[in-house]
Amino acid sequence: MLRPIKFAAAALALALAGPLAAQDGTPQAGGTLNVVIQPEPPGLMIGLIQNGPTQMVAGDIYESLLRYDHELKPSPQLAKSWEISEDGLTYTFTLQDGVTFHDGEPFTSADVKFSVDVFLRESHSRMRTYLTHVESIETPDDMTVVFKLKQPFGPFIGIFEPGTAPMIPKHIYEGTDFASNEANNTPIGTGPFKFDKWEKGSFIHLVKNENYYMEGKPYLDEIYYHVIPDAASRAVAYETGKVDVLPGGSIENFEVPRVRDMENTCITDKGWEFFGPLSWMWVNSNNKPLDDVNVRKAIMHAVDREFAKSALWNDLGKVATGPVSSSTRFYAGDTPDITYNPEEAKKLLAESSYDGETIRILGLPYGETWTRWAEAVKQNLAEIGMNAELVPADVAGWNQKISDRDFDLAFTYLYQYGDPALGVSRTYLGDNAEPGSPWNNVSNYQNPEVDAMWNEAALMANPEDRKAAYKKIQDQIVSDVPNIWLLELGFPTIYRCNVKNPVSTALGVNDGFRDTWIAKE
Amino acid sequence: MKDFWKRFQYNRGAVIGLFILALVVLAAILAPVVFPQSPWKMVQRPFLAPFEYTGLPLGTDALGRDVLSGLFHGAYVSLLVGLVSTIVALAIGVPVGAMAGYFAGRTDDALMRFTEFFQTIPSFALAIVLLAIFQPSLTFVIIAIAVVSWPPVARLVRGEVLSLRTREFVEAATLSGLGNTQIILRHVLPNALPPIIVLASLMVAQAILLESSLSFLGLGDPNVMSWGYMIGAARTVIRTAWWLSFLPGMAILLTVLALNLIGEGLNDALNPRLTRKSE
Repeated sequence: MLRPIKFAAAALALALAGPLAAQDGTPQAGGTLNVVIQPEPPGLMIGLIQNGPTQMVAGDIYESLLRYDHELKPSPQLAKSWEISEDGLTYTFTLQDGVTFHDGEPFTSADVKFSVDVFLRESHSRMRTYLTHVESIETPDDMTVVFKLKQPFGPFIGIFEPGTAPMIPKHIYEGTDFASNEANNTPIGTGPFKFDKWEKGSFIHLVKNENYYMEGKPYLDEIYYHVIPDAASRAVAYETGKVDVLPGGSIENFEVPRVRDMENTCITDKGWEFFGPLSWMWVNSNNKPLDDVNVRKAIMHAVDREFAKSALWNDLGKVATGPVSSSTRFYAGDTPDITYNPEEAKKLLAESSYDGETIRILGLPYGETWTRWAEAVKQNLAEIGMNAELVPADVAGWNQKISDRDFDLAFTYLYQYGDPALGVSRTYLGDNAEPGSPWNNVSNYQNPEVDAMWNEAALMANPEDRKAAYKKIQDQIVSDVPNIWLLELGFPTIYRCNVKNPVSTALGVNDGFRDTWIAKE
Repeated sequence: MKDFWKRFQYNRGAVIGLFILALVVLAAILAPVVFPQSPWKMVQRPFLAPFEYTGLPLGTDALGRDVLSGLFHGAYVSLLVGLVSTIVALAIGVPVGAMAGYFAGRTDDALMRFTEFFQTIPSFALAIVLLAIFQPSLTFVIIAIAVVSWPPVARLVRGEVLSLRTREFVEAATLSGLGNTQIILRHVLPNALPPIIVLASLMVAQAILLESSLSFLGLGDPNVMSWGYMIGAARTVIRTAWWLSFLPGMAILLTVLALNLIGEGLNDALNPRLTRKSE
């Protein structure tokens, strides 16, 4: 624990030394960055594949119109400025000058229209849902794109990141079969790094885009993404110096303290604000006695989440206060109290309809941390007098059991995509509760009032109105306790301290290493 | 009986084994008395080293659970699994072997081919498959272990019965009009008992090892604190807290060693003709 404090002190001293020497000093150009990629991505064409590892590499190659800081405020990327009309219906983006794709072709508004209207509408299911709100996309000139919406859709300004709305070269893909286009193997974007080589099972090599439109950027000469299938070997690869950056989740939690305490090693849990991974336990309200709100409240107060955070998650992340992650827009912190309180839990349980039933807990089959967590929760419940048993399952069995609603409590975690309308409402809308999917309203939470509020809030033009609406929604959901919210997960990025700025946006390492540089001795 | 004990005593290793096993049995019986709280209870902060905190002589594990309590409750689980699965395996293996040996001919052929079917599949792999198909609860763990460990019993009993069935006392029993069942139960099996007892003691040890291996792989009953589980859970922190895997590992080693020593002692005592010259 000493080292980070020392580092912070050093940083503070630097910051005080002079205004120019910002926290990380003046960027130096050059150097090779070695990063772990886990698991090996199935492909690098982000418009077709949107899983985590694909985006981590593709985030260097492809870009979107905007970038989002840790507070999810948009900043320029391919769009140098943008304007939202008063009524929330017209979004006008002005593009950067002199942007070219890696093959030298210029990037224009036609590419934006093609990417969003044609390519992503066909191949990107999440984007397709968002686009149902779009009336038309117009390109009055090469440098201007105008999105006209059917109705106000507040989250719209938050979707222009490379995983959701990557900009794809029209001249390569127009009129072809996107999925089988040859160019998918040699992805071409506008990003700071160009694809060079992919040695399957071993590494992906990217090189600097010399013609990048931002002065002086990128700083790095090249990036190697190393494919190392075994978690222990990934930790060793960092220890031996083969890699310099371990993105969140690439080593097991229990190895984090050991690696973190190494020489010249920094750790941050920033860079996940956009995803806002929030963990909770589904509560199957179809089953007795979990249909009783007092039973659910008792469980909520019985689960010691502070303990789980310190014992299992190395004190990274935050204890959740409700259905919305604190990094998501319109998060309301002052919702009804759901903190650990076994006495209160016992009282609530006594008043409830609980009668000694055995509660079946389905753990998440994602490794030791989650197994231990399920054991801890079982013990938490035993302490307030609830019988519980652990149900073992592998990944396929877990999916099956959740889809079939064959559980009482089940661990999960989901991304929030920065806005309650994008990543939260799907878990609580009453008409999104059909069995068969493990990602919808699995708990079968039914509250028509909340449903109505969700639908209204998504379409409000004024952010202040939305904020008030979401506050009401959060208050109501928290007092209904349809799920047992656990932690806002902290996935630490571990890196050598002389690698500067590896995480500079709300998407962290998934947003590319545009601003990253390596300090030389 | 006196003779038996005398011969057993000759084997000093066996006496030591018996002593260790007695300690393990005592731990299993006393577990609910000495540690009335669940071994899953999180009692202190995680990763306390042994002797660091009075009241928790062996420290705590990754979730702050009492390691000593886990060892005591684990002893109960290990012995239970060892004994019950051995009894079940005997209940399958002895009748199969006895029938094959006694009736010989086609019955023998059929039963032995069936037995060989089980013998040709690696037992550990078969146990894993069985547990992957069924829910890994304690009952199924016991059944899986029994199913993979009965074939050697059947082979052994068959061999014994084959050599016994042609003896005069069996012919005498047949002539006096006893039925086959009576002859097998009353005359043949009792004479085949000594090697079965020796084998059974070794099977208990085998079963404990199997259960530990299954729990280590996460295929045990997740609701039961067993030694194998403790090692499996601690494996990931072996570089920072080696004692968490070492202590239950020692418990398994000593128990299995004790059972093997006892088996050898039983062999000496029950088959006096084969006894080696003791020192």
